[in-house]
Amino acid sequence: MSQSFKIRKGHNIKLVGDAPKNDLGNVSSTTYAVSPLDFPGITPKLAVKAGENVQAGDVIFFDKDRPEVKICSPVSGEVAEVKRGAKRKILEVIVLADSTITYASHGAFDLSSSDRGAAADHFAKTGVGALITSRPYGVVASMHEEPRDIFVNGVQSGPLAGDLAYQLEGKDAEVAAGLEALSLMTTGKVYVSQDGEASNIAALNHDKASAITFTGKHPKGVVGTQIAQVAPINKGDIVWTVNAIDLPIIGRAFLKGEYAPGYKLAVAGSKVTKAGYATMLQGTNLASLTSEHINLDNTRIIAGDVLTGSKVEATGFLSFGKSQITAIPEGNSTEFFGWVLPGFGKFSTNRAFWAWLFPNRKYDLDTNLHGEERAFVVTGEYDKFIPMDIFPQQLLRSILIGDIEKMEQLGIYEIVPEDFALAEVACTSKLPLQQIVRDGLNSLRKEMI
Amino acid sequence: MKFVQNIFDQTRPLVEKDGKRNILYPLHNALETMAFVPDHTTHSGAHVRDAIDLKRTMVTVIFAMVPALLFGMWNIGRLHYGAFGEESTLMDNFLFGALKMLPLITVTYAAGLGVEIFFSWKRNHPVNEGFLVSGLLIPMIMPVDIPLWMVAVSTIFAVLIGKEVFGGTGMNLLNPALTARAFAFFAYPTWMSGDQVWINTKGDEGAQLVDGYSGATAMGDLATTVGQGLNNPATETVMAQFGSEGTYSLMNAFLGLIPGSIGETSALLILLGGLFLIFKGVGSWRIMLSFFIGGLVMAGIFNAFAVNEFMALNPIHQLMLGGFMFGMVFMATDPVSAAQTETGKYIYGFLAGFFGIMIRVFNPAYPEGIMLAILFMNVMAPLIDHYVVEANIKRRAKRLANA
Repeated sequence: MSQSFKIRKGHNIKLVGDAPKNDLGNVSSTTYAVSPLDFPGITPKLAVKAGENVQAGDVIFFDKDRPEVKICSPVSGEVAEVKRGAKRKILEVIVLADSTITYASHGAFDLSSSDRGAAADHFAKTGVGALITSRPYGVVASMHEEPRDIFVNGVQSGPLAGDLAYQLEGKDAEVAAGLEALSLMTTGKVYVSQDGEASNIAALNHDKASAITFTGKHPKGVVGTQIAQVAPINKGDIVWTVNAIDLPIIGRAFLKGEYAPGYKLAVAGSKVTKAGYATMLQGTNLASLTSEHINLDNTRIIAGDVLTGSKVEATGFLSFGKSQITAIPEGNSTEFFGWVLPGFGKFSTNRAFWAWLFPNRKYDLDTNLHGEERAFVVTGEYDKFIPMDIFPQQLLRSILIGDIEKMEQLGIYEIVPEDFALAEVACTSKLPLQQIVRDGLNSLRKEMI
Repeated sequence: MKFVQNIFDQTRPLVEKDGKRNILYPLHNALETMAFVPDHTTHSGAHVRDAIDLKRTMVTVIFAMVPALLFGMWNIGRLHYGAFGEESTLMDNFLFGALKMLPLITVTYAAGLGVEIFFSWKRNHPVNEGFLVSGLLIPMIMPVDIPLWMVAVSTIFAVLIGKEVFGGTGMNLLNPALTARAFAFFAYPTWMSGDQVWINTKGDEGAQLVDGYSGATAMGDLATTVGQGLNNPATETVMAQFGSEGTYSLMNAFLGLIPGSIGETSALLILLGGLFLIFKGVGSWRIMLSFFIGGLVMAGIFNAFAVNEFMALNPIHQLMLGGFMFGMVFMATDPVSAAQTETGKYIYGFLAGFFGIMIRVFNPAYPEGIMLAILFMNVMAPLIDHYVVEANIKRRAKRLANA
């Protein structure tokens, strides 16, 4: 019996350029990259040097403070280059791939055992531990910590999100193994969420997991929303979150001992000439995909969705853990008296524009900010998009003034940046909410460790 | 629109950092961003954004004020010609009022924006849109005959002390427009109350006021009944004006055909603006509704325990008079100075309306009790929010304790 929740606060941003179930085939590249920038909260320490050979699943770098947190290579080949920025900060480790991938074999794991320590060890050494996010702070989980619960998010409700059932097709055994492996890691519950408005994915119904169902508006597909409804995080709690789309990767690491971080990735957005699903590994160079399927004229390419994704170059590499590519127009043009016009065709969550007359219209949104940054003026605006028992504006203020005690009291442990993404879109004052939350979590973490 | 863009592009070097007229940069930026929504793109967080910005929010409020403003202009002319017993057409009335009103508006904007631009330049940030609304609110709550320099001084005081010392738009404790009015009220009481200022009576040379013409407001007249007891023959003539045939009849008060501050008289058009704001999601219905209920409750209590005619006035009639409706729709709802939590807004609105009527009736020296009540609640709003937020904190602590 699954528990059901309806999310009433929020907004579904409808964009043009949905990905139809159209197979764009395998996309591979000659070089692959692993970037520490994809992992907030990690101080990278390199495990390889340029010129060394690696196999898929060999450690590229690990966290200086928590050496058990390892980030592994998605392919086998030769480490071609370590790109560094200012102060020798590591930006990317580039691997020149072999034509056929060989895997570092860690051996299959006996899932019938219930040895948590061994399972934790297997998570860490195969590299799939990096797919788990730990709350509070929203950082890569350490296998040394024991989570209260694990939330597996099987709801993809973001703008232009892929169809999870289609993306997981044919991977039932790996999905089941992944859930089995996760269940070894906690004495609490493993919750698996599903979208009540999409077809139920049978593979996600596992006897060691508690099924939860969400209907209503986005952010129903943001795991923070789900946690807040089911069992909010208290101070001192650790909760792990995993995207259901990552389960097959975890499953394969346990069934075969191999690290093969690939997805059937949704390629969508108004600038995509041929939308569909491409099968790719993390860190794949995007040049061949973008030149073939995306109109690159004044385009922003995003790894992930428009709410939480990261900007990538057309010749850049696919960021870690992103199972979607979105391409939308850049909004670098001015608009004459745009703030006075009635705005029948403008996207707004607010009735101040007349576009509310057409609730089902799909928009071709660009990246324009639609105004300049201001101080907080409008109140009660964020509450409409954050279905949690918190006061978003007061919490943000406490972060801005650096009042750690107040942040704790107001529930900073319950949030990560993505929970504020929708509010950031709606913000009249154009404030960088996700960045503020990230800064707050970082300063809190520094204080706590 | 290329030529407009060209003008901005050509003048930009003058006002930029090393330019000769750097102090004008905020003005240049304000005008440019007004003419063109800038080409800024998202660089962190979400990649797409809502079309709304503060300019849109503020201009929506201005649209909501326009009906009351136009009516106020017409009413100025109507009262003026009426005082001299002259015939006038709708257009005469309106044009006369517009000629009185435009200098007031111009002076307010010039004084207020001057201060804003100076601070923007000093603090190196763009001019905020908040004053677009304040600058129109201030003339609407002034008596028609107030000298322009007083308006300018009040506005400068309000922007400086009411807003900029706290850090500018978004940081202020008090509603700047009300601060301007409060300043004018206490600094120049003879120009802000009594029976001389509400109707423009500096008529054409030689013209005579109609015999027995009183230019007082309903509030001023009602204040004279305090201390006279109920059904006192002495107050009969005053109260007759509040009867269905009188100047201040419920219908006249509702429509706005009475003397008063320029924009505050027509309850009907203010309500229309209020509904527009609620519909657009810009004004808080929580504040407006609870404000109305608060006023109604207080007026109801007075009505039930009346010891003078002022208290005995029909509660609905009471709310239609003075600045109550204007305060409810346009003043109490200022998001920055109001309570910021949704629960807090109910409490804030209710108490502002409640105290507004209380001050007005208990202290007839302050006929504009609404203004003082809202300012008082502006100061109290953070306290209300504190308790609302504290409840959330306690709930969270309790959850932790039970975990």
